Amino acid sequence: MKQADFVSLVMPFKDKVFRLAKRLLVSREEAEDATQEILLKLWKNKQKIGEYKNVEAFSMTMTKNFCLDRLKSKQAQNLKIVHSNYTNNDSSLQKQVEARDSMDWVSKIMEDLPEQQKIIVQLRDIEEYDFAEISKMLDMNETAIRVSLSRARKTIREKLTSTHRYGIK
Amino acid sequence: MVLNNIEELLEKYNNAETSLKEEAQLKAYFASDDVAPHLEHYKPLFQYFSLSQQEQYTKDVPLNTKKTKLYQWISVAAVAVLMLGLIVPQVIGPSQEELKQQELAMATYNKTMEALSLVSIGMNEGKQQLNSLALVSDNLNYGIEGASKLSEFSKTTNKIFKNK
Repeated sequence: MKQADFVSLVMPFKDKVFRLAKRLLVSREEAEDATQEILLKLWKNKQKIGEYKNVEAFSMTMTKNFCLDRLKSKQAQNLKIVHSNYTNNDSSLQKQVEARDSMDWVSKIMEDLPEQQKIIVQLRDIEEYDFAEISKMLDMNETAIRVSLSRARKTIREKLTSTHRYGIK
Repeated sequence: MVLNNIEELLEKYNNAETSLKEEAQLKAYFASDDVAPHLEHYKPLFQYFSLSQQEQYTKDVPLNTKKTKLYQWISVAAVAVLMLGLIVPQVIGPSQEELKQQELAMATYNKTMEALSLVSIGMNEGKQQLNSLALVSDNLNYGIEGASKLSEFSKTTNKIFKNK
């Protein structure tokens, strides 16, 4: 396998890997490092890549395991303090700020979810995988995924509703 | 009608029973501007999902692993060449030509040594002759002293002759 073949193989899902890593590790730098690590691992095992039935699902599983390991490891202790995704939004229109603010709320709510639910919401609502694919990636049965997803969505809804109505009720 | 449908979908959505198509419908509905006021709080959620989809990984990944492997082996090769350079001449030993050259060098060395020893013998002889010359000069000095005594003697004899 040549470098060009590898790039064209990896291209379609490298962003998904990155987003999942970012969902779990929160900090952008950490997520970038994790993605690089995953891609390099794939590149090192490029001889075996033909044997995998679904490279994308395989990489997502790898990402999930890698990120959970990172979170468990000691290095991750700093993660919560270090994380700072400063974005410079030049357009300071009131509405944009407001919209961004409520988006931030959503991302904060999602940060508070347990890891398992975070992964499932990420895979389902953002990456739009169907349940069969998710069950392959996470090695769980579909019912368990549905239950977990439902819990996560309800938690998000409750928290969103309470922040939306904050100060009114 | 549409609103009823959306509310139903939301209920199904929260129970995680929606298909991907229905979720796409929900996303499309909440992306539009006319969202029912009592569902307003869902808007950021679906907008956030759509926004998160666009996030991209922009960093480059260094894939040139082959080069680094080659660099690693260069040091090994250098060491191997060095060891070969040290060991091979010892194992093979000097070649025929080198032996001939060595013999030739030895012969010329011996010849020069002979010639030099001859010169040194001549030198020693010359030195002995010089020794005898030194003896002669000693004797000469001695003779000169004797001659001075003689001249002294002749002076006194002259004085005696004058007095007479």
